[in-house]
Amino acid sequence: MIELRDVSKRLGSRQILAGMTLAVKKGMNFVLMGPSGSGKSVTLRHVIGILRPDQGVVLVDGQEVSAMDNKQLMALRKRMGYLFQNGALINWLSVFDNVALPLREHARLPKSELEDRVQQVLRLVKLDHAAAQFPPSISGGMKLRAGLARALVTNPEYVLYDEPNAGLDPIISHQIHELIAQVRDELNVTGLIVTHSRACATQCGDRIGILENGKLAIEGSVAEMVQSEHPLARAFLGGGSD
Amino acid sequence: MNPLAHLGQFVVKRADGAGFVCELLLRTALYTPRLRRRLRFMLDTAYNAGVRSLPVTMVVAAFAGAILAMQTGIELRRFGDTAVLGTITALSMCREMGPFITGVILAATVGSSIAAEIGTMTVSDEVAALEVMSIDPVDYLVLPRVVALALMCPILTVLSNLIGIFGGSVIAEHNLGVSPQLYWVSAKEALTSSGMLLPKEVYVGLLKAFVFGIAIATVSCAAGLRAAGGALGVGLAVQTAVRNSVLLIIVLGFIVTWFFYFLAG
Repeated sequence: MIELRDVSKRLGSRQILAGMTLAVKKGMNFVLMGPSGSGKSVTLRHVIGILRPDQGVVLVDGQEVSAMDNKQLMALRKRMGYLFQNGALINWLSVFDNVALPLREHARLPKSELEDRVQQVLRLVKLDHAAAQFPPSISGGMKLRAGLARALVTNPEYVLYDEPNAGLDPIISHQIHELIAQVRDELNVTGLIVTHSRACATQCGDRIGILENGKLAIEGSVAEMVQSEHPLARAFLGGGSD
Repeated sequence: MNPLAHLGQFVVKRADGAGFVCELLLRTALYTPRLRRRLRFMLDTAYNAGVRSLPVTMVVAAFAGAILAMQTGIELRRFGDTAVLGTITALSMCREMGPFITGVILAATVGSSIAAEIGTMTVSDEVAALEVMSIDPVDYLVLPRVVALALMCPILTVLSNLIGIFGGSVIAEHNLGVSPQLYWVSAKEALTSSGMLLPKEVYVGLLKAFVFGIAIATVSCAAGLRAAGGALGVGLAVQTAVRNSVLLIIVLGFIVTWFFYFLAG
């Protein structure tokens, strides 16, 4: 379970999070929405320990991330995957080598086993045909799918998705949403998804929370949020949004 | 803001930057036992650094040797002592000019490219991606580059020294009337007339090149890792990397010379 309790964070002169409280239960996809600059990505970076809160605590399975030393953080990150907005692939490595990277660094698997595992996740994201290609020569959607494969290759318990459909056309976006739902359903991976997209929230999410002024303004199940009359819910999940 | 506050802010910013570079160097040193895992990437980096900077280094070294011989030769001719021109050119190239030229060119070519490469990775979240995969960017990105430049800078310096001495010989023969035989015998004597295999000047020069290589790579990686704000941030990182590298080459060059010729005798 991922929990944020009364987390505050200031970056430079801006108060990004101000008393943010959030709970993501195991096996669910929690969607975090909110205006640009409202602290959605900052929340993700707190969960994985790239940022530490000025105040409050961040917990993963009851362990306080904000109090972890480097070694503990590394151990935690091995149980987590993170999908960046653009995939954040290493440009000089092929798609295969990008996906294999966390295994080569940590798993010490026999070569054949490593190759099998990488091919398996590449098939899951329907990218096995592009294994030999390099990031500059593939499309944005392929980069995201490769990023997702890399996030999944270590069999993580949690995956954090940072705007998984930013800049993608509706067809590719839909494929990514299906993949995220598939990851939850078939691999039982818990997801925390940051998005602006109504389609992403309703297709991938189990619960939706909307941020305002550095904390959750409203939270509920997808059905509750879609029907909610709260102005933020109408703005992000109303018929005209997306 | 008053001028004193500006000055204070400037000093704090510079001290923060220097502290980051020192920390990076220390962390890189701690990762050196893991170099075997990065060997291939390190060799690729070393090869690229050598190939990229070799032509310009050789051209500059040839002209630097020629200028050195010309300036020294003009004065020596007044005293009728041009016979020692080979000695002076060889020792000056090995002790000071060779490492300095190589360092500056490596900073401009390889240092700038390291800062741009790592800076782009930083602003496009690739460095953060390494961190979330529990891969320390210092181990994965910085260590191979620091070792590669620490190796390549002395190798390029040896070549610079040889080409510089050759450049001096051309001027000696054509403009100062010193026979090539006399020039080369004098240079050879200077580079072998020691109890050690090579004279102190050569070792001090190579040590300088080794130190410059480490400094250029560390400073450039640090600038890249601290890049922020998209393309503009990457541009600033490159600027910072080259400026700080050249500054360090001059300061460290002075310190090494001072240590070996004045402090340690």
